[in-house]
Amino acid sequence: MQALRIRQLAKTYGNGVEALKGIDLDVEEGDFFALLGPNGAGKSTTIGIIASLVNKSAGSVQVFGHDLVEDLALAKTCLGLVPQEFNFSVFETPLQIVVNQAGFYGMPRREALVRAEEVLNTLSLWDKRNVQSRTLSGGMKRRLMIARALMHRPRLLILDEPTAGVDIEVRRSMWEFLRGLNAQGTTIILTTHYLEEAESLCRNIAIIDKGLIVENTSMKALLATLDRETFVLDVRHLNGLPEILDGFPLRRVDEHTLEVEISRERNLNQLFGLLSERGVEVMSMRNKANRLEELFLSLTEKKSAA
Amino acid sequence: MPTPSLRQLNWIAFQSILVKEITRFTRIWAQTLLPPAITMTLYFVIFGKLIGSQIGDMGGHNYMAYIVPGIIMMSVIQNAYANVVSSFFSAKFQRFVEELLVSPVSNNTILLGYLGGGVTRGVLVGLIVSLISLFFIRIPIAHPWLVFLVVVLTSTLFSLGGFINAVYAKKFDDISIVPTFILTPLTYLGGVFYSISLLPEFWRGLALANPILYMVNAFRYGFLGVSDIDVGVAIGMILGFIAVLYAVSLHLLKRGIGLRS
Ligand SMILES: Nc1ncnc2c1ncn2[C@@H]1O[C@H](COP(=O)(O)OP(=O)(O)OP(=O)(O)O)[C@@H](O)[C@H]1O
Ligand SMILES: [Mg+2]
Repeated sequence: MQALRIRQLAKTYGNGVEALKGIDLDVEEGDFFALLGPNGAGKSTTIGIIASLVNKSAGSVQVFGHDLVEDLALAKTCLGLVPQEFNFSVFETPLQIVVNQAGFYGMPRREALVRAEEVLNTLSLWDKRNVQSRTLSGGMKRRLMIARALMHRPRLLILDEPTAGVDIEVRRSMWEFLRGLNAQGTTIILTTHYLEEAESLCRNIAIIDKGLIVENTSMKALLATLDRETFVLDVRHLNGLPEILDGFPLRRVDEHTLEVEISRERNLNQLFGLLSERGVEVMSMRNKANRLEELFLSLTEKKSAA
Repeated sequence: MPTPSLRQLNWIAFQSILVKEITRFTRIWAQTLLPPAITMTLYFVIFGKLIGSQIGDMGGHNYMAYIVPGIIMMSVIQNAYANVVSSFFSAKFQRFVEELLVSPVSNNTILLGYLGGGVTRGVLVGLIVSLISLFFIRIPIAHPWLVFLVVVLTSTLFSLGGFINAVYAKKFDDISIVPTFILTPLTYLGGVFYSISLLPEFWRGLALANPILYMVNAFRYGFLGVSDIDVGVAIGMILGFIAVLYAVSLHLLKRGIGLRS
């Protein structure tokens, strides 16, 4: 069964912006799917259309086989949404927000109160259940939106940048939580700007750029196409290294910092060997950009080269 | 959760919206329930007691008795309208209206839920003002059910007006334009404080084009048994207006005007 099936979806906003130019997307039931793309690529627009917050200009969307035009109410009951921007009443309490939300899906109040305790506990918000939600921290507000989306136990959960502005610790615990949810059978789609996040969570991925899907594949296959990485090395002394060291392009940033590009055919051992031959001691090393950025670069370079 | 039928779902959703709405206006009672109590008390004191004692009878009744129904109706109208316009506009402004748009709740249910909130506040304020009026005068209620019916219908109508206003409103200023420039003048000219039989021929004709006149008069008839116009016609007119505004509101919701880009 397909959790999501999108065909030739297009959106032109009232101001003439062509946010989506006809995209196809398939997400299988049980999948953990990443939708990646730079700012303004059309991710939120796509999600907005799936969630009935944006009117589409053309194309079709089905959620678990329910068409958004013919079977809207059924499609909606399958869907839980965690939007990119806060959209709850800041004067209501977390408990009021999630209980009302359950009501909008037809859950009787008594049952909703039980479910609310469960969900708010899972997201560590139970202690805060009776405060006005405007007093919550940013991370708590995000978790509140996740709690709200889970109240009616949706089969498909869509999260639009759920970890934006959330500290590392909370982010990791959110990942843990989403992994568990997925393991129990919830299909999850998320957008993010952190490849690390997509890499550690998702099995399949689509990359969207300027309203078009430029890549749609498994995470493994995508990472395999990553053909080079740039590392930043902190060294004790540069000892007058050349610009190119046996085929490794080097860039001197300052007296103690060096950038090296390593392509797939080479490996780090070779580089370290060459460096120690010249008496350069490497103190530490890190990736220059997150790998997603490199991926984008290589994708766009490929396009402009073609 | 066992999947409820759509009808059950909408019934529970309606209750949820209603609870949410009532919680809202009771939480901010100092902005919603207190002001009409104070303003209307002033009206009773100034127009009823001080000025009214100089006026004599109006429409065959003591002036205080004559204006009490009008003043109650005025507060019902203002509060039903204000409740829906500010509540729905806030929902748009803070974007939590999206909670409803994403959910399977039908447009009819959304609309009825907000109307339910407006009517509840209208009736509640009507009740508060009526209780206050008891400190000034005891007037008999000739037709209690008619009184109740007119309050409910009037608050429904003005809740719809508030809803449509909120749909088109883009900023906070936009939710006070209609009340200030249309609602208040029409209410004052709607025979709250005087009988239109006092007006010269031409103005009387014009007054008859004011829908609020019909509500005030039907309501007053419920108390005193006197009216400038036929009560059946008045009820029919209110129902007609409700039908039209309901259809317009539903259409706006379906099209997502001001809600979906
Ligand atoms: N309501 C709107 N009216 C007009 N244009 C819009 C609207 N919403 C989005 N756009 C435009 O549509 C394009 C796609 O925006 P969208 O929000 O879908 O991008 P995104 O991929 O979610 O970006 P981000 O990563 O920054 O959240 C952008 O050019 C944006 O300016
Ligand atoms: Mg976005």
